[in-house]
Amino acid sequence: MNKDLVFLLSELKEKEALRVTEERLAAGEDPLAVFDEARKAMQIVGQRFAEGKYFIPELIYSGKILEAVSELVKPRLTRSPQAQTLGRFVLGTVAGDLHDIGKNLVGFMLDINGFEVHDLGVDVPPQTFVDKIKEVRPRIVGLSGFLTSVYQALRDTVEAVRAAGLRDQVKIMIGGGVMDDKIREFCGADAYRSDAMAAVALAKEWIGAAR
Amino acid sequence: MMDKTTETLKRWASGQGLEFISPEAKAGYQARAQRIADVIQLRVPDRVPVAPSFGMFPYLDQGLTCEEAVFDYEKAHRAAMKTLEEFEPDLFLGSGYAFPAPMFEALGYRQLRWPGRAIPAHYVYQFVEKEYVRAEEFYPAFLADPSDFMFRVYLPRVCANLQPLQRLRPWAESFGYYLTMCGSYAYFGLPEVQAALKALMKAGEESLKWVTVLNRQAGEIMARGFPLYEAGESAAPYDLVGDWFRGTAGVMTDMFRHPDELLAVMDKLVPIAIKMGLDPGRDSGHPIIGFMLHKGADGFMSPRQFETFYWPPLKKVMLGLIEEGLVPMLLCEGEYTSRLETIADIPKGKCLYWFEKVDWARAKEILGETACLRGGIPPSLLHSGTVQEVKDRVKWLIDTAGRGGGLIVDCGIWFDEARHENVKAMIDFTKEYGVYR
Repeated sequence: MNKDLVFLLSELKEKEALRVTEERLAAGEDPLAVFDEARKAMQIVGQRFAEGKYFIPELIYSGKILEAVSELVKPRLTRSPQAQTLGRFVLGTVAGDLHDIGKNLVGFMLDINGFEVHDLGVDVPPQTFVDKIKEVRPRIVGLSGFLTSVYQALRDTVEAVRAAGLRDQVKIMIGGGVMDDKIREFCGADAYRSDAMAAVALAKEWIGAAR
Repeated sequence: MMDKTTETLKRWASGQGLEFISPEAKAGYQARAQRIADVIQLRVPDRVPVAPSFGMFPYLDQGLTCEEAVFDYEKAHRAAMKTLEEFEPDLFLGSGYAFPAPMFEALGYRQLRWPGRAIPAHYVYQFVEKEYVRAEEFYPAFLADPSDFMFRVYLPRVCANLQPLQRLRPWAESFGYYLTMCGSYAYFGLPEVQAALKALMKAGEESLKWVTVLNRQAGEIMARGFPLYEAGESAAPYDLVGDWFRGTAGVMTDMFRHPDELLAVMDKLVPIAIKMGLDPGRDSGHPIIGFMLHKGADGFMSPRQFETFYWPPLKKVMLGLIEEGLVPMLLCEGEYTSRLETIADIPKGKCLYWFEKVDWARAKEILGETACLRGGIPPSLLHSGTVQEVKDRVKWLIDTAGRGGGLIVDCGIWFDEARHENVKAMIDFTKEYGVYR
């Protein structure tokens, strides 16, 4: 059997990946090294998603396998993994909207691409975004929404960031089922992106531009 | 012999058996229904039909909140009738989008959040997804007995007030030697089970109130010369599993971990989904059965997964309805451009594809000879565009996808918040520009 965790996880071989993880940990291997391999595999998964070889189900499934691997590894970790971060990203579904599938996907993709994601969850009031921005000083804020009802909430959120004097310090992108550039214009955000990969690509571009 | 679709559409468009308020209303009904029948069967109609999918728009447009609309059925009814009068669409739903919140509250239903309760009063109600049943439990239980699973496992989990029903014995045991039978009825004597049954009765009363309003309303809509929107709704088997039982992430993972069980359950759901459409079709005489497709959009699965898990069971349901002369109308939520070739594999002139987001030129090219298309006006444009932008979009859409018929102009999705004048422009300009000469 192939014992390469990077290969097994990126090929979504769940049972084999978990067995190899268990065996290597039992053999006394550094849990941090095992964990790093799992993270590397996730980057491959993200890459394949970006290339259109993997789709959302593969992404979700890889996340579930990673969760199971982490559960095996974490009790043995004596120090926490030092992940390098590209930059901080505050993310949330705007006030009144309870949808989270798209947002979670964007958060997951950002995370495996090296961003430090602060996910505020769903139904997030404008002030909570403002408070979080003050607290963690992100470069980017991502607003999600799925309903025509929340167009106004998007605008209110962007306005609250502006009123708090933070608008120049963050780039704001929007996404979600009924969003498009028309609504980006309406709410005063900097960009709209239609899927998780495009959101990550733009975030990287913004971070690069900010350097 | 006339084919069944033609027969059903003819009968529906004739307005036979309906009572109209005037000869003009009768003529109006027949013209509108004929227009829809023509585009379904890929004949050139007199003009492009326009059938806006008013979500919460009628209520918000008239200064009501969504809360008022879902708690006060008469108020919702009056608002809907005013929208009908003002906009004169080619198909009209009435106030059926304003679900009866009191019915769901009587059940302690967990899957919807209501305006004025958990969410702001002017927001549409929202579905909150959860993995209510683990895969290991769901597949065997559903395969063994779907009704028993729904009654004693699923409903008690999604309805707080029906939780005690999980104590009941299966109905399959309600016969047999008397000792078994006598024992199994004892559970109905438990106070908490009786409270659950009372909750069901209360929900039933609310449902009946709502249905009574809608039935009366349906008569009024047609009497004034407007065909109803649809007979009822069915669904794609994959969505049934994902939406209600396993959640989006759950059903996606099941494609890897439990592919055979997933396929088997969907096979079991096919006749159920067909019956969901056949019964209202038969009762109402209306040919159109709506579908809201949630989980098959571009990106939501690979082409291979779509062709393995999503499309085959859905196609079986569609064919089951088509065989009986009914017309499946599929609202394809999300982007659907990569699915066009696959969904073109369906008999000609028998269904409607309604797209939220699609490459319209490609959709016309690939599906134009096969099925009527619907949609094309983005909700964002209705919400924050100008009248001129709406007209430009309508013109572009008709030029792109309306050649030779086969198009119904509509928003890409049920819409709530929108500018009154933009909705008016979408409808009036379609009527003006969409005339076939």
